[in-house]
Amino acid sequence: MKLTIERATFLKALAHVQSVVERRNTIPILANVLLDGKNGSLTLSATDMDLAINETVPAETDQEGSTTAPAHTLYDIVRKLPDGAQVEIETDAAAGQLLIRAGRSKFNLATLPVEDFPTMSGGDMPHTFTLEAEELRTLVDRTRFAVSTEETRYYLNGIFLHAADQDGTNVLRAVATDGHRLARVQLPMPDGGDGIPGVIVPRKAIGELRKLIEETTDPIEIALSDTRIRMTFDDAVLTSKLIDGTFPDYERVIPKDNDKILSVDRGAFAQAVDRVSTISSEKSRAIKLAVGPGQLTLSATSAENGSASEELEVSYDETEIEIGFNSRYLLDITAQIENDNAEFVLADASSPTIVRDSGDESALYVLMPMRV
Amino acid sequence: MAVAGSWHPVVTEKPQGAHTGLCRDCAASVPAGARRCPACGAPRILSHRELDTLSIAHIDCDAFYASVEKRDDPSLRDKPVIVGGRQRGVVSAACYIARIKGVHSAMPMFQALKLCPDATVIQPNMEKYSAVGRHIRDLMREITPLVEPLSIDEAFLDLTGTQRLHQASPAKSLIRLVNQIEREIGVTASVGLSYNKFLAKLASDIDKPRGFAVIGRGEALTFLDTLPVSRIWGVGKSLHRKLTADGLHTIGQIRAHDEARLMKRYGAIGQRLARFSHGEDSRVVKPHSVPKNLSSETTFSEDIADPDALAKRLWPLCEKVTDRMKMRDLAGRTVTLKLKSSQFKTLTRSHALPAPTRLAETLYQAAVPLLERAIAAAPSGSKFRLIGVGLSNFADPLEADPPDLADPDADHRKRVEAVIDQVRGKLGHDAIGKGRSIRGGKRKKTPERP
Repeated sequence: MKLTIERATFLKALAHVQSVVERRNTIPILANVLLDGKNGSLTLSATDMDLAINETVPAETDQEGSTTAPAHTLYDIVRKLPDGAQVEIETDAAAGQLLIRAGRSKFNLATLPVEDFPTMSGGDMPHTFTLEAEELRTLVDRTRFAVSTEETRYYLNGIFLHAADQDGTNVLRAVATDGHRLARVQLPMPDGGDGIPGVIVPRKAIGELRKLIEETTDPIEIALSDTRIRMTFDDAVLTSKLIDGTFPDYERVIPKDNDKILSVDRGAFAQAVDRVSTISSEKSRAIKLAVGPGQLTLSATSAENGSASEELEVSYDETEIEIGFNSRYLLDITAQIENDNAEFVLADASSPTIVRDSGDESALYVLMPMRV
Repeated sequence: MAVAGSWHPVVTEKPQGAHTGLCRDCAASVPAGARRCPACGAPRILSHRELDTLSIAHIDCDAFYASVEKRDDPSLRDKPVIVGGRQRGVVSAACYIARIKGVHSAMPMFQALKLCPDATVIQPNMEKYSAVGRHIRDLMREITPLVEPLSIDEAFLDLTGTQRLHQASPAKSLIRLVNQIEREIGVTASVGLSYNKFLAKLASDIDKPRGFAVIGRGEALTFLDTLPVSRIWGVGKSLHRKLTADGLHTIGQIRAHDEARLMKRYGAIGQRLARFSHGEDSRVVKPHSVPKNLSSETTFSEDIADPDALAKRLWPLCEKVTDRMKMRDLAGRTVTLKLKSSQFKTLTRSHALPAPTRLAETLYQAAVPLLERAIAAAPSGSKFRLIGVGLSNFADPLEADPPDLADPDADHRKRVEAVIDQVRGKLGHDAIGKGRSIRGGKRKKTPERP
């Protein structure tokens, strides 16, 4: 293989690829990126055996061929090359090395045989649908903050994507929860999405997906089977195993009978929560909301720090209620609300509370209160 | 050594009898220069210039578990007694007769029995010991409310300001207290009296058993000069190694370095080292010290390799730990599992729960994966002799076991456990239990109805 590629193009592709590759690998080949040059393009592939990425970028191919080289090292080299540089890469089969040249810099990297590189078979993907980049971004952003990192409940370590029925219409739903908060976001079901299985997309795949969405405006094709998801972007294909587990029956925990509506100015509320929570104890981050007609008092006390309170004008005309929340969770949720107003639908101090965007029915958040 | 208090010989910084003293046996005041107590004739006279002004004490029962067993079986009085697991396990306590042969606590039992083959080995009965320990603490609290228990059989007492109440100096009140413990409970205790906790604890060890030792301001530094650094509370194995490597063997050598330097080198403990080396300790006697962790463990009669069998042994331990958590109104966030292999290698695995708990079920559910991980970390085919489980990182019980959005049945399980606890409160522990507590038919059958 011998080819020349523009540094910026190469770097962007390597950035995607190297973040799939784990920093510590017990299997040497998994530390490598597969480079395959042919027909005026270079395809880069990397995998951690759960998640695989393939990205194809334009290159001047003088000689077709392929090899594998350490992904992080290659990324670091290309990152440090000057902007605008033309990078020349060439395999030296006899020495088992990859030569990299740019300007006066020259690198020789050890390679491993292409045959050793594991292929993650996509298998048959019976369901295919397409989402706009913006739609997928919304699904991901509004739910991923609630994804759990708790290893023992591995089935919560991802976003649950499934078809659901919302008042007679079919919707594509994304749900995530860590037990303390739950996020549920939905879109009208795209063509081809009817009948998809409920799948849990793991956190790492979500992270990579999110980076790729950032760099595209084109629609994204999503293909699904019971065990895999494949997302096709203009240049890149991301394939991930799905979490093999059962997502909890979340509908049971979404309250149906909450009736006290508190409407707050989202920005003013978030700022006040942020200020008052400075005092909250590091461990619990608890903050108290005392709601009365037209007024909300936020307060926090901690044995170590002292106390704080702040008053806000709000729209509320139900009986008074005092309820505690984790301030960080409140901020995570308000950050996802795009409208100027956020609505809290309360029942009592010990029941889950619904938070929603007053102008947007598609997203719903449930927050567990804390005893304060 | 300039330490006062041993009755034989009585060592003080001045010739014996220069100050009025107290009789260690009957607490009577003794005029200066007397060799025997005028009231009871005993030769144990405490005499120290600062005796009337010192008020921080450390009381430590002598060979506590063994003493309790001897009390309950007078035929053992003159025989060596070791409390601990029989052939297996370690020595929990050894009486003074067994100690003469070199037996000490934490020694493996087989080794202890080699040193002292004629010893009577008694299985520990922790319930009995804690009952006796509670009784002793109650007596302590009668002379001062400031009692800080360190374990089942030792405590710090602050007797500052009790002189007028008791019409007696702290030293006199303490003699009366240990005499009362001896009389009413039947075990002996040793007293260390000084002006802070650090020195009081060192003092109680000087004159054991049935001791009473005093370290006053006058001789504290001389006493500390030659004392090994390992005697400082908080100096464990690794810090001891570090200090030794730095050429600091005695507390006197530490005193040669200033506080800032010690803190820079050893961290927060450096400050404590510096203060202690000057005989200073500002920690107050805190009556409500809360434990930092609660755990329970068991040694098997035969080593176990089967993971399921190990998990079965785990469940009652989880119940024990959470029963104590509930009793003390605590909740813990970190679960720790401990396994000891037949080669005496200890494996521990910890996990932080998303929310603090005091439920046996939650503890068990978190401990089982830790057990699997610990077994996986051991060489394959390993057998284990001990399993333990504990909770630490205590949190406000208000935050314990919150309802869980990802687990709609959590609330149900919490209620089930509350019901089990209620039934047990009325009818006893064996009245009700979860299915997994049934172990190979060992569970007592409920009597059949006629």
